[in-house]
Amino acid sequence: MDLRVRALESVLAQKGYIDPAALDVLIDTYQTRIGPRNGARVVARAWVDPAFRQWLLADATAAIASLDYTGRQGEHMVAVENTDDTHHMVVCTLCSCYPWPVLGLPPTWYKSAPYRSRAVKDPRGVLADFGVTLPETTRIRVWDSTAEVRYIVIPQRPAGTEGLSEDELADLVSRDSMIGTRLAGATAEAGSAA
Amino acid sequence: MSYATKADLGGQPGFGKVVPEAEGELFHADWEPRALALVLAMGATGSWNIDASRSVRETLPDYGELSYYQIWLRALEQLMLQRGQLFPDEIASGEMRHAAAPVARVLRAADVQSVLAKGSPAERPAPAPARFAPGQEVRMHLGKVDHHTRLPAYVQGKRGTIVHVHGAHVFADTNAQGLGEQPQWLYTVEFDEAELWGDDAPRQNLSVSVDAWESYLEAVA
Repeated sequence: MDLRVRALESVLAQKGYIDPAALDVLIDTYQTRIGPRNGARVVARAWVDPAFRQWLLADATAAIASLDYTGRQGEHMVAVENTDDTHHMVVCTLCSCYPWPVLGLPPTWYKSAPYRSRAVKDPRGVLADFGVTLPETTRIRVWDSTAEVRYIVIPQRPAGTEGLSEDELADLVSRDSMIGTRLAGATAEAGSAA
Repeated sequence: MSYATKADLGGQPGFGKVVPEAEGELFHADWEPRALALVLAMGATGSWNIDASRSVRETLPDYGELSYYQIWLRALEQLMLQRGQLFPDEIASGEMRHAAAPVARVLRAADVQSVLAKGSPAERPAPAPARFAPGQEVRMHLGKVDHHTRLPAYVQGKRGTIVHVHGAHVFADTNAQGLGEQPQWLYTVEFDEAELWGDDAPRQNLSVSVDAWESYLEAVA
């Protein structure tokens, strides 16, 4: 594959279709600038600022744009909020639609057949694969991203975090908790160790 | 009927467990970031739209055997071959052997941030008032179509409730076929698990929603 990709890049550059320097910038952008830290900041803001939370739930595109996260694969955003009664999970059964400006590039499992096939039928089984068990009384709502609307889950703020700053709170928000396959808090550590 | 997507996976059995991965783990081979960037840079030339791109990906004969970035790369080659932008002997040799076909734009390094930040919004002026409103019951269209569509098989013919009206969006089905944007109202439609999976399926306390264009929906009397 390595050779094939290099060959293709070489031809496309010779033909003047691409600027190889732009490829470097694109890669650097998604490795260092656009990733789940962005979404974590959105969530932490919603946890500490009731007016922002309301705005985020009413018009996620605008609220998220106010933090300068806009554009490709996040043009039309919807935020869904976990509560004691409801847990949200996001999937794209048809391909790999994902809110890039706030979460960056999707993880491999999100694009994989096991997740795409099971999330809409057996989300509790999927959660078990992530080590998460929810009460039977919790309603699970799964959002299948079949158009250009992109979803972000606002996980529940962990108990005992009243004294934390917004930045400290953002550290508790893992990528997976904003897809809905984990909870925020201690599981963020488990997320990075998995 | 010749169009066959291999990507419509919702509810399909037999794919096994989900394997979580660490948050910083973005790529699994050195060529993957380069492939991603090639796809994004060529997408920015405006030679095709995202729906045409998805259509080529989901109909690759070996879709199920390829990794995701392999799918992206193979589809990129297909899209370019179809448009005379690239030729098989160029893929094989890594050398330009045929004249370039002009592209509308070339993404320059200096413009990457602004192009990404702008994105490609899909909302358009509404051609007519919305037919449905939140709370209304609808039934999803049933039956295969002979082209790219964003109506998954697992909701076809199923009865659900409108939970959100998004505005008029570029219609993926026509846009993918080169038949224009033909914007339609887009709705979020929510289904109960028993409607989707039957009364005998193990209960999950679950509802599932999809985003669906107006022509996917029929009113329920």
